[in-house]
Amino acid sequence: MKPPPFEYAAPDTLEEVVSLLQQHAGEAKILAGGQSLIPLLNMRFARPAALIDLRRVAGLDGIREEEGRLIIGAMTTKRAVERSRLVANRQPLLHAATRWIAHPQIRNRGTVGGSMAQADPAAEYPATAVALDAHFQLVGPNGARSVAAEDFFVTYLTTALDENEVLTEVHVPVLPEQTGWSIQEVARRHGDFAMVGGVFLLGIDSSRRCTRARIVHFGVGPTPLRSRDAEQLLLGEAPGEAVFAAAAAKVDEAIDEPLSDVHASAEYRRHLARVLTRRGLAEAAGRVA
Amino acid sequence: MTKTCRVRVKVNGVAYDEEVEPRLTLVDFLRERLALTGTHVGCEHGVCGACTVLVDGRTARSCLMLAVQADGAKVETVEGLAPEGELHPIQMAFLEEHGLQCGFCTPGFLMAVCELLEDNPGPSDDEIKEMLGGQICRCTGYQSILRAVHRAAANQQAARAARTTLRA
Repeated sequence: MKPPPFEYAAPDTLEEVVSLLQQHAGEAKILAGGQSLIPLLNMRFARPAALIDLRRVAGLDGIREEEGRLIIGAMTTKRAVERSRLVANRQPLLHAATRWIAHPQIRNRGTVGGSMAQADPAAEYPATAVALDAHFQLVGPNGARSVAAEDFFVTYLTTALDENEVLTEVHVPVLPEQTGWSIQEVARRHGDFAMVGGVFLLGIDSSRRCTRARIVHFGVGPTPLRSRDAEQLLLGEAPGEAVFAAAAAKVDEAIDEPLSDVHASAEYRRHLARVLTRRGLAEAAGRVA
Repeated sequence: MTKTCRVRVKVNGVAYDEEVEPRLTLVDFLRERLALTGTHVGCEHGVCGACTVLVDGRTARSCLMLAVQADGAKVETVEGLAPEGELHPIQMAFLEEHGLQCGFCTPGFLMAVCELLEDNPGPSDDEIKEMLGGQICRCTGYQSILRAVHRAAANQQAARAARTTLRA
């Protein structure tokens, strides 16, 4: 269990990174925090010809607020997100999601961009990005482009990133007023990969009617699963057990080809998705004054 | 063999300047190149914590780092906790509370406890479990480790208080 041979570069600029990606024509992998890539190398599931390390490229980390969004550099560690007052105050859902990821030792090095680009079906961040209508900044030979989270996750471990592109920033809207949130997850032990999880947002107006809903699950399919029918069902309704149960049933209908493996069968994943929907919506509703 | 890369790294206060294959992991660099075998190789995919060291003051899985990524960094391993023949207060606490049996997981635990007590000198059980949840022990059943951490925290608090009193 040792990595296969590869070339290595740690360029100083984004231009060099893109140039190296082009030179290797799809055979190079970006190295960010390494917490997902290096296990793959150690087990020889990945055999890239070259690794392009982003650690020396300036300006890829940091968190700032701009025009109602948090701009998070792709190389920002999860530790930095976890310890950020700004994130805790302005985007508590993203903050809470971060605390579900693995363990502190992993969060010390793992990056925001790395998780998004890895697109693991059981990961918290991709589902959170979809629920929050995040956008991703991608930089390639043709310049920069912005991709909505919902369009970014294509299938298992596959994103909209072109082989010559680098994810540089994640843009996350701050939590709107009168919006409750919740993240739910079931894993065998705290810190393990999720079996199933859900991310929930509920906008509730002063007459206690739901004006906005986001229901996104992870661990139930190849990419984060947004349950639009369940969301629609909630609009205009008052929060309550019955309507949440109805939404949970809609989520079950939306689950198409659930993952099924040694960790959890398809049937169990469906069950978890329903239970977590009821719990998550209730918790989100409880968070709106 | 691929072209080698230069790694300039300070380990336990000693500066090293080595040429390594890029694929050499930090844990293998420490163990095989520098003969610092206190850091252990367990799972090689980041879940057991036996390889945990401090990189620039923060815990890291050295099996999930390439040595080349440590270029310019400061690394601390279990060997650096105390001079030859002495025990660091955290090591002493593990000894006193029988927080180890075979000792394989112990260096990883010690480095994680270092970071924990640096950030949080008086952690609760829950805070200890949050920090050490990623470190696996097959021998102790963890209760003695929890006691050891509380003891280490108490020992460090006492040492701090004693120093303050002396200064006053």
